[in-house]
Amino acid sequence: MEQWTEIINSDGNSFSSQINGLWKYRDLILELVKRDFILYYKQTLLGPLWFIIQPILTVIVFTLVFGQMAGISTDGLPCMLFYLAGVTFWNYFSESFRQIAGSFIENQNVYSKVYFPRFIIPVSIVISNLIKLGLYFVLLAGFYIYYINHGYELRPNYYILLLPVLIATMGMLSMGMGMIIASLTCKYRDLKFLLSFGIQLMMYVTPVIYPLSATPEKYRFLFLINPMTIIIETFKFSILGKGSFSFMNLFYGIIITLIIFFLSLVIYAKIEKDFIDTI
Amino acid sequence: MNQTVIKIEGLSKTYCIRQVGTGTLCHDLNRLWHKIRGKEDPYLKIGEVNDRSSQGQTCFSKALDEISFDILQGQILGIIGRNGAGKSTLLKIISKITTPSTGIVKLKGKVASLLEVGTGFRTDLTGRENIFLNGTIMGMGAKEIKQKLDEIVDFAGVSRYLDTPVKRYSSGMLVRLGFAVAAFLEPDILIVDEVLAVGDAEFRKKAIGKLGEISHDRNRTVLFVSHNMGAIKSICDRTIVLNKGQLVFDGETDLAIQHYLNDVSTVSDVDLANRSDRNGNGQLRFEDFTMTNKMDESIPVVCTGMHIKFNFNIDVKEALKKTKVFATFRSSSGYTLFICSNFFSNDFYDLEPGKYKITMDLPRFPLSSGQYAIDLKVTSGKTVLDEIESAVTLDVENGDFFGSGRIVTSKNGVLIDHTSSIQRIEH
Repeated sequence: MEQWTEIINSDGNSFSSQINGLWKYRDLILELVKRDFILYYKQTLLGPLWFIIQPILTVIVFTLVFGQMAGISTDGLPCMLFYLAGVTFWNYFSESFRQIAGSFIENQNVYSKVYFPRFIIPVSIVISNLIKLGLYFVLLAGFYIYYINHGYELRPNYYILLLPVLIATMGMLSMGMGMIIASLTCKYRDLKFLLSFGIQLMMYVTPVIYPLSATPEKYRFLFLINPMTIIIETFKFSILGKGSFSFMNLFYGIIITLIIFFLSLVIYAKIEKDFIDTI
Repeated sequence: MNQTVIKIEGLSKTYCIRQVGTGTLCHDLNRLWHKIRGKEDPYLKIGEVNDRSSQGQTCFSKALDEISFDILQGQILGIIGRNGAGKSTLLKIISKITTPSTGIVKLKGKVASLLEVGTGFRTDLTGRENIFLNGTIMGMGAKEIKQKLDEIVDFAGVSRYLDTPVKRYSSGMLVRLGFAVAAFLEPDILIVDEVLAVGDAEFRKKAIGKLGEISHDRNRTVLFVSHNMGAIKSICDRTIVLNKGQLVFDGETDLAIQHYLNDVSTVSDVDLANRSDRNGNGQLRFEDFTMTNKMDESIPVVCTGMHIKFNFNIDVKEALKKTKVFATFRSSSGYTLFICSNFFSNDFYDLEPGKYKITMDLPRFPLSSGQYAIDLKVTSGKTVLDEIESAVTLDVENGDFFGSGRIVTSKNGVLIDHTSSIQRIEH
């Protein structure tokens, strides 16, 4: 009989059709990633160099303030390297999180004029930040080689093979948290005010500028609630050989991340169908 | 025979027209509570007819009310109606931007919507980059776009500026480029909302031609919303009329336009007695305003060139000598276009207490299509008796001013009687 390719009713777009949309709109994801990259340095003199300058300046300031002035322990590792390892991961997470959380409101103009699965933009943000993460890794490798040549004893170990797991977990965490905030801010703008200083505060309870071993033992479990703590700590341990690692913690961090991620999908599915009316 | 490509059944959409505030959370919780108990949404039922001129009882209004119709493949369907009739809501549902509250839409094929020209253009990206971004947003593959690139660029006439950021484009170029991307990527169903309101006459002609070609030569379906009756007339095979969310006419385009223009349920009677934003000493007050044709029948819409009468009822409280009445017609940007008054003919009115009706008779209404405002003022000597700014807002539709059969489609202008002649003065 009659073959309809699309049925629109009050239930909105079914989740499976949106997942299919991910493939159907793959060229859009690619375009968005490309655009993000190009726009980043359009009309700048230094161009793509900015991707490198930013982390270097951050690390220098951290070294001066936290390393020299405050004298916070880095587990005996070179300050620059220790901070860069933390900043590499933290910047990926915070940037993705911030961009995704603001993406629904920022793109409401497009959303209200044309349909494509709404989570295409968050997905493109996660991917385009992966490219920036890659550049950070190149920089990190540069510092790493420099310090090895200068006789520092760094003990990378086989846990480095966990790197893809760490990155995937971090990507999912940023997307999950970002989509929850993005979905809720559609209706309640209050969260927007919380976001930027929330991210800033979160950095201080994540071992970016200090090792987990510097936290008071009594309250350490509080730090471990945050999956980013485990991710960054595991990463530092795997390449620098200092710090702590346990499969138990990692497993636990992944579970929390999955819960957040699925929760975000549930909330997203709930608001997706008519968020353009409430935004 | 052409098959049905869009089937719409009992489509309704309820909007909450109140701003989100602290009450929202309360409503949400109440809704959730009803849902848990398996009951209907308590706020969905109280939607009422969406009449802009009367304030609703509730904050919920029906933008679309039980709409049903089918569209065949290859058809160009015109959709007309006053502002707020639900045209855009209908298109937004069909293009999946928002969901209906009840009812169902069934579609065959790929839909692309051109609800606004140049959606998603990024000003810092070049024309070429934007073509790809815009095309992929509409669900096209990069390969497909690459194939059509030359045609798109050619139609838009931007080949020289292809690698220039679009922020350097003129607005006309942007419009052409946006239209070209949507029109050339050949979706099965193309949705076009009022894009012809922008751009110059030449572009409009080209765009209308392109839409006709898409539907007739390639058998694609086009849904076309416009306030430009001329454009609707020239390309639509069939037209539907929406009014306050309801489908009031479905059929031949000429009849639909007629139906729309004669739609008596629209606002032609404006209550002025309750306006509080007025000046004057109150010895005289404007009470209401009506619009009639030369047979004194009430009409809802003014067309350019029509014989029309503007009637103002006034209530005179005290005897007044030598009063002058002014009706100032202003463009939407605030400029005075012309003034009607008894002052110009030295025919001042001497009034006794009581009610009067003032009629201003314009044998050929001179304003072209667009929105205008009428300011009203009555003075006696130097005293202002009553004054209301923007007492009436007037929607003017295209019409035949010169009696030549040519529908004047220019926007926001005054037309005047004139002749033009040519003489050879040298051989």
